[in-house]
Amino acid sequence: MPRRPGKSSSLAAQRRRSAIIAWIFVAPFVLTFGVFGLIPLVSSLAMSFTDLRARDIRNPFNVDFVGFANFVTVLTDESFLHALRNTLLFVVIGVPATMFIALVLAVLLNSLSRRVATFFRVGYYMPVITTIVAVAIVWRLMYQDTGVINTILGWIGINGPNWLSDPHTALLAITVMAIWRNIGGSMVIFLAGLQSIPSEINEAASIDGADARQKFFRVTIPMMMPTILLNTILITTGYMQFFDEPFVMTNGGPLDSTTSIALQVYNQFKYGNYSVGAAGAYVLFVLVGILAIVQFRFFRQRT
Amino acid sequence: MTGTRTHRPPFRWGKLLVMIVLSIGLAATILPFVWMVLGAFKTNAEIMARPVTWWPEHPTLDNFTAWLFEFDIVRPFINSVILAGATVATTLLFSSMVGWALAKMSFPGKNVIIVVVLSTMFVPGIVTLIPQFVLIANLGMVNTYWGLILPGMVGAFGVFLMRQFMLEIPDSLLDAARIDGAGEFRTFFQIVLPLCKAPLATLAIFTFMGSWNSFLWPLIISQDDSMYTLPVSLALFSSDAGGHGTEFGLQMAGSFLIVIPVLVLFIAMQKHFVQGIAMTGIK
Repeated sequence: MPRRPGKSSSLAAQRRRSAIIAWIFVAPFVLTFGVFGLIPLVSSLAMSFTDLRARDIRNPFNVDFVGFANFVTVLTDESFLHALRNTLLFVVIGVPATMFIALVLAVLLNSLSRRVATFFRVGYYMPVITTIVAVAIVWRLMYQDTGVINTILGWIGINGPNWLSDPHTALLAITVMAIWRNIGGSMVIFLAGLQSIPSEINEAASIDGADARQKFFRVTIPMMMPTILLNTILITTGYMQFFDEPFVMTNGGPLDSTTSIALQVYNQFKYGNYSVGAAGAYVLFVLVGILAIVQFRFFRQRT
Repeated sequence: MTGTRTHRPPFRWGKLLVMIVLSIGLAATILPFVWMVLGAFKTNAEIMARPVTWWPEHPTLDNFTAWLFEFDIVRPFINSVILAGATVATTLLFSSMVGWALAKMSFPGKNVIIVVVLSTMFVPGIVTLIPQFVLIANLGMVNTYWGLILPGMVGAFGVFLMRQFMLEIPDSLLDAARIDGAGEFRTFFQIVLPLCKAPLATLAIFTFMGSWNSFLWPLIISQDDSMYTLPVSLALFSSDAGGHGTEFGLQMAGSFLIVIPVLVLFIAMQKHFVQGIAMTGIK
C-alpha cells in the first residue's frame, strides 16, 4: 500500500516522537519522585486520620478511619505541647540571632580585601559542612559542668551552669550550637547579595550627601530584602525540624525541656504509633507553611 | 589635605577593630574543632580530669586503633560512602536529564511537573518519613542499601539548578549538532553535559554533604550495625544506651573521623562551594 505522507500527519508524528523522547528524559525522576516523594506526602495526610500502627503494615484492612482523633491526641499530649513550645522558642531565638550575626559578619567581610575576606569566609563556613551528630557529641563534652566552655567563661568571671542538665539552660545551649553551625551558610548568601548591589547606587547616595549609616539603612538593607527573605525562610524551615541535636545531646530532656516536634514524631514512630506520628508531622508542616506566609508578607510590606 | 591619591591608605582604627572582632568570632567558631582534635588524642582519664587540660599530656592513638580494630568503623564508613556515592550519581543523572527536558523541550505534562515539583520543594522531610518507611517495609527493603538510598533520590533542588543553567545554552549549538546527525541522547551526553561542569560540580558537592551528614532516615531504616552509616553508628555508640556514653576520647576520635575528611575536602574545593552558593542563592 502506498504511503500518503500528508503534511499534518507527519507533523503530528514528529511531535509525538519528540514528546516520547522528552518523557524518556523525565521518566526516571518522575517515577522515583512520585513513588518516594508524592505518594508518601499524600498518604501521610491520609494516615493521620486513621489508627494505623506498626503491626498493621501488612494488612491495611485492619485500619479504621478515626477522624481528627490523632490530632486531638497530639495537641493534648503534654510532651508534644512541650515540643511545640521548644520548637517555636528555638526558632524565635535562633533565627533572628543567626540572621543578625550572619549579616554583621557579611558586612564586615565585604569591607575587607579579597584575600583576607576569603580567609575568614572559609573559617566561618567550616561548621556548615560538618555532620550535626559529630559536632553535637563534641559540644556535649564542651558543655559539661566544668568543661571547656565554663572554663573560658571563668576567665571573664562568669560562673556557668551545667548547661545541658539544667532545664532552664539546656534549650539555650542547643540553640547556641545551632547558631554556630548555621551562621556561615547565611553569611555566604548575604555576602553574595551584598556584592550584587551595583556600586553606582552607593556612589549616587554619596553624591547626594548620605553618610555611611544612612547608606546602610537606606540603600543596603532595602536592596538586600529579597536575600534576607530567602535566608529567613531557609533557616526557619531548617530550624523547625531540629532533631539531631536533642537526639544526641539530651534525648529531649531534662524534663522535656529540649524535646522537639521532630523528636516527638520519631518517638511515636519508634513506639509503632504511625498515625499519631503522621498527625504530629502534619502539625509541623502546617506551622512551617504559616511561618513562610507570614514572613513573605512581612517582607513584601517592607520592599 | 591635598587631592593626590596615595597608594597606601592611612592607618585606620576602624579596620583594626573589624579585624579584632572577626578574629574573636573566628576563634569561637574554630574552638569545637580544636577541642575535638585535641580530645581525640587524649586518654579518657585526661579528658575527665579537672581542671581541663588543653594540649594532650600523653598523646595517644589508642582511640583511633580502638575504632579500627575493636569497634569496626570500616563497615559504617563503607555504608556512608555507598549511600553518598549512589545518591550523588543518581541525583546528577536524574536532575540533568529532567532539567534538560524542562529547559529545552516542549511536551505534554511539562507544566504539571514544574508546578508539582516546585511546590513540594519546601515540604519538611519529616512529613514523608513514616509513609516512606511503610512503603520501604512493604517492598521488603528495610535494612537494605535500596531502602537506605531510594528516598534520597527525589531531591528537587538539582532539577531547577540544572534547568536554570541549561536555559542559557544557545539553541544554535544544538541545531548544529542535529545537522551533524547527532540524536537527542548523543547531543545530551556529548554536548550538553560537558557544558554543565560547573553546576554539576556544585550539585555534587551539596548532594554529597547532605547525604554524608543525613541522620534521621538512615537511623530508622537501618536495624543493625551491618547497615549503620557513620552518623548513626557514632550517635548510637555514644548514647547512654550504647554503653559508651562516658568514653569521651573514643567519641572525639569518632567525630574526628567523620568530620575531618569532609573538612579537608571542603578547604581544597572551597572555590566551588562559593561559586555554587552565588549560583543558587541569588537569582
